Amino acid sequence: MKILVCITHVPDTTSKIAFTDDNTKFDKNGVQFIIGPYDDYALARAVELKEAHGGSVTVLNVGTAETEPTIRKALAIGADDAIRVDAEPLDSYSVARNIAHYAKEGAYDLILMGRESIDFNSGLVHGMVGELLNLPSFSPVMQLDIEGDTAKMSREIEGGKEFLEVKLPFVAGCQEPIAEWKIPNMRGIMTARTKPLNVVPATEETVQVSAEKFELPPEKGEVKLVDPENPAELVNLLNNEAKVL
Amino acid sequence: MSILVFAESADGSIKKSSLEAISYALEMGGDVTALALGTIDASEMEALGKNGAQKVLHVEDERLNQGHIAAYATAIAQAMDHTGANILVLAKSSLSDIVAAKVAIKNGAGIATNVSELPDTSNGFTVKRSIYTGKAFANVSLTTDKKILGIKKNVVALKEDGGQATVEKFDVTFDDADFGAQITGSEVAEGDVLLTEAEIVVSGGRGLKGPENWGMIEELAKELGAATGCSKPVSDIGWRPHHEHVGQTGVKVSPNLYIAVGISGAIQHLAGVNSSKVLVAINKDPEAPFFKAADYGIVGDAFEVVPKLIEAVKKLK
Repeated sequence: MKILVCITHVPDTTSKIAFTDDNTKFDKNGVQFIIGPYDDYALARAVELKEAHGGSVTVLNVGTAETEPTIRKALAIGADDAIRVDAEPLDSYSVARNIAHYAKEGAYDLILMGRESIDFNSGLVHGMVGELLNLPSFSPVMQLDIEGDTAKMSREIEGGKEFLEVKLPFVAGCQEPIAEWKIPNMRGIMTARTKPLNVVPATEETVQVSAEKFELPPEKGEVKLVDPENPAELVNLLNNEAKVL
Repeated sequence: MSILVFAESADGSIKKSSLEAISYALEMGGDVTALALGTIDASEMEALGKNGAQKVLHVEDERLNQGHIAAYATAIAQAMDHTGANILVLAKSSLSDIVAAKVAIKNGAGIATNVSELPDTSNGFTVKRSIYTGKAFANVSLTTDKKILGIKKNVVALKEDGGQATVEKFDVTFDDADFGAQITGSEVAEGDVLLTEAEIVVSGGRGLKGPENWGMIEELAKELGAATGCSKPVSDIGWRPHHEHVGQTGVKVSPNLYIAVGISGAIQHLAGVNSSKVLVAINKDPEAPFFKAADYGIVGDAFEVVPKLIEAVKKLK
């Protein structure tokens, strides 16, 4: 089974978000970049499926050269080879078009990625890639098992989950608890250095949506503390001051 | 301007968040058509009109009572063509983003999800959307003729001053692949207020010490008509089901009121709640980071504070 896992290169979840150049650019200063947490779940499940069924795991990232340490980490976790589409990931559409082009070339049985990136949170790329390749897509997928040419999975819905069965190939946006994150071991890190990382040119440059300006949420005022002996006062404030009850 | 709104339903009822999407479309100005899929109660059709839809397209196909992603996308794309709508609005749900992504490709539309305000059309077409999991906003410009806006909850107030919508049957040409995935079953918590639809959310964290202590969280939620949520560690160790996990990698909520009990307020948790209108923290540790983000707080033992809070809420009624 040939599995493609698309990963994003995003700021660590604990990053303080700031902008520069008159709020037109993300401030990378002091920010640590990681594999997108949802993509990391997809990757972990892909490695498990390969261990169970044989085959290969290829990771793909649409990004500039600075994402290579993140791609190497994915190789250390257990992917066999990697593709970096040399382009700035500008919007979901251009990213999806690039992924679809190389995914088609590779004729994968399964295309996995996170349900969304944690920088732009659009949650669109899996659906777009599926549509571009004429494949079904599903998200957010919480469980995924393969039996022969059929996948059994569960997808989160409001207040619970639904169960699905579908034939391969397809695209899935993943989230926990599909697998546990894998931490690369020393052997993984050593072998990752020599695994193939192919840099390929972007095939699509059309951008439909562009970020013009960023802003941070307004600063919160001081918290108003209520006497723990008198929670009724909190109810009073929520009812009469905040007017949310 | 002609606007199509996807009126998502569950068990025959239109979701409240979809009624908000209609109010949003109405505020944008223009003709608002709602698209309803599957079996829908007649009274629900009235609600669509009351909330501002002039027309409802109804695809009466029972297969659509289940959330078939591909079929929904096909129906919406054809309805956009049929009405000549250049804008599609849909409310955030567990399938809205992926369905919208497919429609975007089918119809060549530019798309923005997690939209948090009405668009600015003074110079082109710009919308504000939340990014970095609620830690920031981006003003994005859409340059395509057709546009899709996925809106967050609580972006506009519900309007109920509309009239009667004309309901028109709408036939969609599906192909087999639209129903290629078999939905074999589901597990949904019965009778609970849905986290993503709730006006008030009461969440518990590790400070509650064990799943057996959730009774008071549920009782407080019940008295407030609220949904219950939890922090990531709590769902990871299995005290609560995964669909209750609120935070960066869980459900993002934006209710009017979010009450966090025994949750310290890690940045990943706050990322999932920071678009709530009012945040309340109850924690015995005065240094808990949640107090920096909260509007109101009580420094105290949850096991003493929450029962008193429940009594106070009961008295209010």
